[in-house]
Amino acid sequence: MQVALTFFASLLFGLGLVISGLANPTKVQNFLDIAGAWDPSLVFTMAAAILVTGLGYVLVFKRGRPVFAETFQLPTTTRIDLKLVSGAAVFGIGWGLVGYCPGPALVALPLGKHGTYVFVGAMLVGMLAARILPLPRRQNMKPINQ
Amino acid sequence: MIETTEFTPLASALGGILIGSSAVLLMAFTGRLAGVSGYLSRLLPPYTGEQPLERLAFVAGLLAAAPLYAFVTGSAVTHVVSSNNGLLVAAGLLVGFGSVLGSGCTSGHGVCGIARLSPRSLAATAIFMATGLATVFIMRHVAGV
Repeated sequence: MQVALTFFASLLFGLGLVISGLANPTKVQNFLDIAGAWDPSLVFTMAAAILVTGLGYVLVFKRGRPVFAETFQLPTTTRIDLKLVSGAAVFGIGWGLVGYCPGPALVALPLGKHGTYVFVGAMLVGMLAARILPLPRRQNMKPINQ
Repeated sequence: MIETTEFTPLASALGGILIGSSAVLLMAFTGRLAGVSGYLSRLLPPYTGEQPLERLAFVAGLLAAAPLYAFVTGSAVTHVVSSNNGLLVAAGLLVGFGSVLGSGCTSGHGVCGIARLSPRSLAATAIFMATGLATVFIMRHVAGV
């Protein structure tokens, strides 16, 4: 059930990326280009997504536990450390260079553009590198009962 | 060459509602944050043995979305991507490395984390928005790429 629900939810997520325009890297770059061809559409996407998620989470956490699992899996770290700051900074540079972040790049993969294949291949190498390099351990997800 | 894109507040807000609904469903039923880089990167080694099927299902759902949309609506997904291989490789490496190092990307930090009012996610989102804005500014208005 968890697997089926996860597939359904991520399909919905992907449709949201397509309909919002986030799967189009040029639209994302224009969203980030305030001094030029600025397209503020994705402000509406972020605002709507955060609002729905925020309100929905309040109701979900009130229930005490997920339907198909024992506990909510939430990060317990609260420290804003160098890893978080440098990781986010590096991520933003890559995001701006081409206009892809992980979700939209995966959604666009079946559209068959050469550029998307190159990006996703390099992204997987980057992820693998961050996982196997001897960096301090990434925070673990701890089960929490809220 | 810079292509303009049409301002689409309604479609973009609708897309955001779908993204948010997906995040709420995932948390309500499986107890997980809808973080794309988290689901994807944990399919790569080293393996810790946590629910590979769920992770595969998440990636499969994303891969199925655009074909389903095209099939149902009969219209192609508007989609213009760079063809500069050097730029694509650099961007992919930075996005992949940065999302794992920073424990999240636009979905996990930018949507789910902010919705939980997580200080880490608020900081991460402010930082990647700032470096993303700066990168596009430098590329388009200083370097002229």
